[in-house]
Amino acid sequence: MNIINIEHIAKIYQVGSEQVHALRDVTLRIDKNEYVAIMGPSGSGKSTLMNMLGCLDTPTSGKYEFSSSSVSEMTDNELAKIRNKEIGFVFQTFNLLSRSDALHNVELPLIYAGIPYAERRERAEIALIDVGLKDRMHHKPNELSGGQRQRVAVARALVTRPSIILADEPTGNLDSKTGEEIMILFNEIYEKGNTIILVTHEEYIAEHAGRIIRLKDGLIEKDETVKQRYIPKPRAEVV
Amino acid sequence: MTNFIFELKEGMMIALKAIRSNKVRSILTMLGIVIGITSVVLMTTAINGIDNSFQKGISALGSDVLYIDKWPWFGNTDWWRVRNRRKISLEDFEKFKELAKLPIAVAPVINSRQTVKYEDRRVDNVFLNGSNQDYVKTTNFTFDAGRFYSEIEAKGARNVVVIGSEIEKNLFPRGDGLGKTIKIGNENFKVVGILAEQGSFILGPFNPDNQVFVPIGTVFKYFMNKSRGSVTLNVRASGPAAVADTKVEAEGIMRKVRGLSYDEEDDFAINQQEALQQSFNSIVGVIQIAGLFITGLALFVGAIGIMNIMFVSVRERTKEIGLRKAIGAKRRTILGQFILESSAICLMGGLIGLLIAIILSFVIKQFLPTTVEYSAVVIAIVVSLITGILAGFAPAYTAAKMDPVEALRFE
Repeated sequence: MNIINIEHIAKIYQVGSEQVHALRDVTLRIDKNEYVAIMGPSGSGKSTLMNMLGCLDTPTSGKYEFSSSSVSEMTDNELAKIRNKEIGFVFQTFNLLSRSDALHNVELPLIYAGIPYAERRERAEIALIDVGLKDRMHHKPNELSGGQRQRVAVARALVTRPSIILADEPTGNLDSKTGEEIMILFNEIYEKGNTIILVTHEEYIAEHAGRIIRLKDGLIEKDETVKQRYIPKPRAEVV
Repeated sequence: MTNFIFELKEGMMIALKAIRSNKVRSILTMLGIVIGITSVVLMTTAINGIDNSFQKGISALGSDVLYIDKWPWFGNTDWWRVRNRRKISLEDFEKFKELAKLPIAVAPVINSRQTVKYEDRRVDNVFLNGSNQDYVKTTNFTFDAGRFYSEIEAKGARNVVVIGSEIEKNLFPRGDGLGKTIKIGNENFKVVGILAEQGSFILGPFNPDNQVFVPIGTVFKYFMNKSRGSVTLNVRASGPAAVADTKVEAEGIMRKVRGLSYDEEDDFAINQQEALQQSFNSIVGVIQIAGLFITGLALFVGAIGIMNIMFVSVRERTKEIGLRKAIGAKRRTILGQFILESSAICLMGGLIGLLIAIILSFVIKQFLPTTVEYSAVVIAIVVSLITGILAGFAPAYTAAKMDPVEALRFE
């Protein structure tokens, strides 16, 4: 079943008097429980595509359906709602609220979803336990390591039980060992039946996915199904 | 509705967190509002105090008394024309009293300024009021001790005096003035009566508390040439409702007494407390507007401070705003969050300002009969809230309309 159905979308930015074609003509379908990596050099349009997929931006032309509802025609408030309920973001720079502890950071999307205090606390705690941060719930971001911060961000993405997890260079600010640990975490999340879209420019990160979409100059250059690189590692060591 | 309350509550939590995490900045910003609200409330309180004093003071003059005088209290008659009017003499008074049917009391009054002494205590420049026994009937005087001087004392121009409460305080701190002999100018006068506190300081020398009262004959005997002084006729109507008729009658009688023909203008003025009141109200009105304008400026400066700091705050937190939007905050939610933040700062500042104003009002109370009224409390709270909302709106709107993609990319 399709979660994402994109047909001939284009995105044109007006920069001064010049028109920049960030995306020219992209058609794409992503099914439930797929693990997709989007790759491409800078300027290929992968960030634009990712903003589009994350409903942060709407296409200039073309059709974007998310779970059969048309995103292209949504208002700002409807977009905010769909981001809140259906999409979990993981960013390269973590984007945690520096003055709030891990628990509050994870709880944040649930506040915007209107979940009452007791329930959202419980759900945030469970999400933090799931990413292996049981003992770090009341630490602020500056008291956590890079890997732990990204785990908090992953917990924040998971806590609303979204339809897709959208990760934009999630290992970009981490050393390779910690990056690898985060990728293992993504594998586990995928195995629990989640849909993951990963944006990266590193081959060895993309190899974790089962499908690699390569973009170039605002067009899809290659869309291939690959064998996943799987690194078996027991949970205990991750923590 | 429950949704709205939920958002309000969550927004409030976020706002308080933001204020707490920037303590020094929040407090400094708040200071502007504190000063603004303090000055607005104190100004209102002080003006109320002046007004109360005046109303209390003017009631000592009596609302049903007419003052027939050579000089009008107010008006636009040329002063030189008034100066050339004939003086109002004691004979005029006698004739007037004979003819007037409506008044319940008529008294001639002449004023002078004299030094009053008792042993080594003295009060300079005291308003000396010379009249007859009927003067007390044109007032609402009450006595602490003794009585007003009698008809016999008035007719005989005896050296007796009734003193105001402030004069008593100054000459007889122990309150034992009755029966003592004081010096007015160089003459000895026996104190036969002491007034209870009547008016208020707002009337200055016209306040009976600061005056001494003697028979009119003694004034002409010791302090003033009879041919020089122009007397004022204090005419008391039988009640406020009778004032208008009494005034009409008084004008007719005065014209007759003065021998004016039908085509001549009045060469006297009939003054009323009401005119004083109107004039005072317009003065207080001007003070009020000017005062509120100036203190309002202080508040306005505070509001600009808030707006400025909110703009800085929005810019600093661009990335945070981007994140909040990405994970599902609506425009309305972001708008509300920042408006709540500035409102909370203003409300706290307003409450602190109010508290300071209430404390300072106890100091003002030493000079003016006033307290901070409930209305001032409500106004202070409402005004500080509105200030917060207005000052926060523009920055909050900037935050709300940010593009999440741009905001997330902001460094």
